[in-house]
Amino acid sequence: MEIFVQQVVSGLATGGIYGSVALALVMIYQATDVVNFAQGEMAMFSTYLAWSMLNAGVPYWAAFFATLAVAFVGGLLIERVVIRPVENAPVLTVVIVCIGLLVIFNSVAGWLYSYIQKPFPSPFPEKPFKIGDVFFGAHDLGALGVTLLVLLFLYVFFRYTTLGLAMRAAAQNPVSSRLCGIRVGWMLALGWGFAALVGAVAGMMIAPIVFLDPNMMSGILIYAFASATLGGFTSPGGAVLGGLIVGVVENLVGTYVRFIGTELKLTVALAMILIVLLVRPSGLFGRATVHRV
Amino acid sequence: MKRSSLVALALIGALGPLLVAGPAAAQSPGVTPTEVKIGNTNPYSGPASAYGTIGKALAAYFTKVNAEGGVNGRKIDFVTLDDGYSPPKTVEMVRRLVEQDQVAFVFQTLGTPTNSAIHKYLNQAKVPHLFVATGATKWGDPQHFPWTMGWQPTYQTEGHIYAQYVLRNVPNAKIGILYQNDDYGKDYVKGIKDGLGEAAKKLIALEQSYEVTDPTIDSQIVNLKNSGANVFYNVTIPKFAVQAIKKAHDIGWKPLHLLNNVSASVDVVLRPAGLEASKDLITALYLKDPTDPQWRNDAGMKDWLVFMQKYYPDGNTKDAFNVYAYTVAQGLVHVLKQCGKDLSRENIMRQAASIKDLALPLLLPGIKVNTSPTDFYPIEQEQLAKFDGERWVLFGEVYDAGKK
Repeated sequence: MEIFVQQVVSGLATGGIYGSVALALVMIYQATDVVNFAQGEMAMFSTYLAWSMLNAGVPYWAAFFATLAVAFVGGLLIERVVIRPVENAPVLTVVIVCIGLLVIFNSVAGWLYSYIQKPFPSPFPEKPFKIGDVFFGAHDLGALGVTLLVLLFLYVFFRYTTLGLAMRAAAQNPVSSRLCGIRVGWMLALGWGFAALVGAVAGMMIAPIVFLDPNMMSGILIYAFASATLGGFTSPGGAVLGGLIVGVVENLVGTYVRFIGTELKLTVALAMILIVLLVRPSGLFGRATVHRV
Repeated sequence: MKRSSLVALALIGALGPLLVAGPAAAQSPGVTPTEVKIGNTNPYSGPASAYGTIGKALAAYFTKVNAEGGVNGRKIDFVTLDDGYSPPKTVEMVRRLVEQDQVAFVFQTLGTPTNSAIHKYLNQAKVPHLFVATGATKWGDPQHFPWTMGWQPTYQTEGHIYAQYVLRNVPNAKIGILYQNDDYGKDYVKGIKDGLGEAAKKLIALEQSYEVTDPTIDSQIVNLKNSGANVFYNVTIPKFAVQAIKKAHDIGWKPLHLLNNVSASVDVVLRPAGLEASKDLITALYLKDPTDPQWRNDAGMKDWLVFMQKYYPDGNTKDAFNVYAYTVAQGLVHVLKQCGKDLSRENIMRQAASIKDLALPLLLPGIKVNTSPTDFYPIEQEQLAKFDGERWVLFGEVYDAGKK
């Protein structure tokens, strides 16, 4: 029983990681209708910026918010400079551009900061605490809390603010939005900015757990895709919950299902993507998208 | 008619000198009176690019050798290409090195899967494939692959050392193993199992694997702790070693922790994981760790630092890979010196297979390089060390796998 609870707790902790990156993926999908494969690397790069500031002696929260600002502007610029020219190109072109960005960010980070992993501080207490025989990491809980806060922020933003509504409209129906006077181009750029910001939060929460190196997001991104697919690419809450489910299922299956064991854990995530896409393509909480043809 | 015969004549005129020069060059390709050309591949891009520094440090060392007059009057022309740790690319690059660039031999190609891909090709082409940068066991097989030679102690050797230590020092051992699910991890596991012999089945409580793509190994550590293991055999690359040390500490698991040499760097692994959490770790070493304070006044280490500053200023002086590269480059220079004037491929191989008690400045005291026509494992000695919270403290005697 103790092992079961400990595996669930540890699954929730890793699931929180997946959920936070999935949230950034959903954010950009909602705001621009693009699946951004470079999301993880952008988050990693933002985390390096935070690391540089912390290393230069900037206090944690100052570095945290400065990083968010830089990430936001960076995301905005990427949209303006790199994505804009291929805006009306086929989906495949955009995907390839995103993969190009992924490789570029990865290599530049390696070139600037080397591939040696670096410890990244956590704003939460170091010491894990113990309830019964089960250990809870203070950082894991804190990170999950931060992810939920971001989620709440996104929910309110997209539902109740004019800007949020305008962004959703611009992503879903650019032509009508433009006729309503929404500056669609800028809305898409803002979407990239916000997604980069959400990604930066995720990066700074993940780095204390997996340690900071240029490849820190490569594995996580796959699980984040599984989470977002499971929860639904149109549902931020679903993405976070999807992350937690993937994390826990992965641990339990790895522990209790003998023939899967730890060797096929990644396969479990990929199988989840496949099953969801076959059975319920919009995910558990996503709205089915209908396109008029 | 007339024109085409003119073309033919011109062609013969152009190719003639080549045809004449051909046979002489074929005797020892890549070697001129003033130069010897050496080929190499390294992952300068892609997921394994942390290793890329080895290729850069090798190139820097040969620049130093050339600045000091070369080897036996010959300068070293070191051609190193990026294979991105991708075996098909390694094949392409190495073929280019051999067939187009006409290198004398191939040296320190990095990676187990990548070297496996060129293993047969180089042996068929009879091109020396020297001191490969991998600890797999298959590189020391002169009977079937007389042109390939390893360098570092094999992962299996290291596994043996830990097995002996456990058998002698831990009375009621229950061993939990965490390993990377590939050739590297499995070699280490085979090493300890072979070393434990009959007792292996009884002593190993649980084996857990992870994939390089896994974000964390928390779940595995939880299972290992739960298995009741009092010995933790940690076969992970630095990225996961840091996590494993920290997680085991965080959930209050205090086994005898055997950490594989791959991740023994103080600054890269132990410091990020926490020095307190790293206390009492045990590993097997053969090189001096540049971040270990006990070597601060060591003459060899000082020379290395001067070399790094002068020839590889961008390189990280905390990175043990740069020590590794420096040492293996010195090993090669020793072989080339021993070759004298005869740099034919046969002689290069012959000399590589007759290194006697070569001590190099950054090998641990007492560890020597030895090869023979039947022994293609240059370094086979390692010594155990325990981390005292600041540095690795060597203990016990130097273990020699060659003297089994």
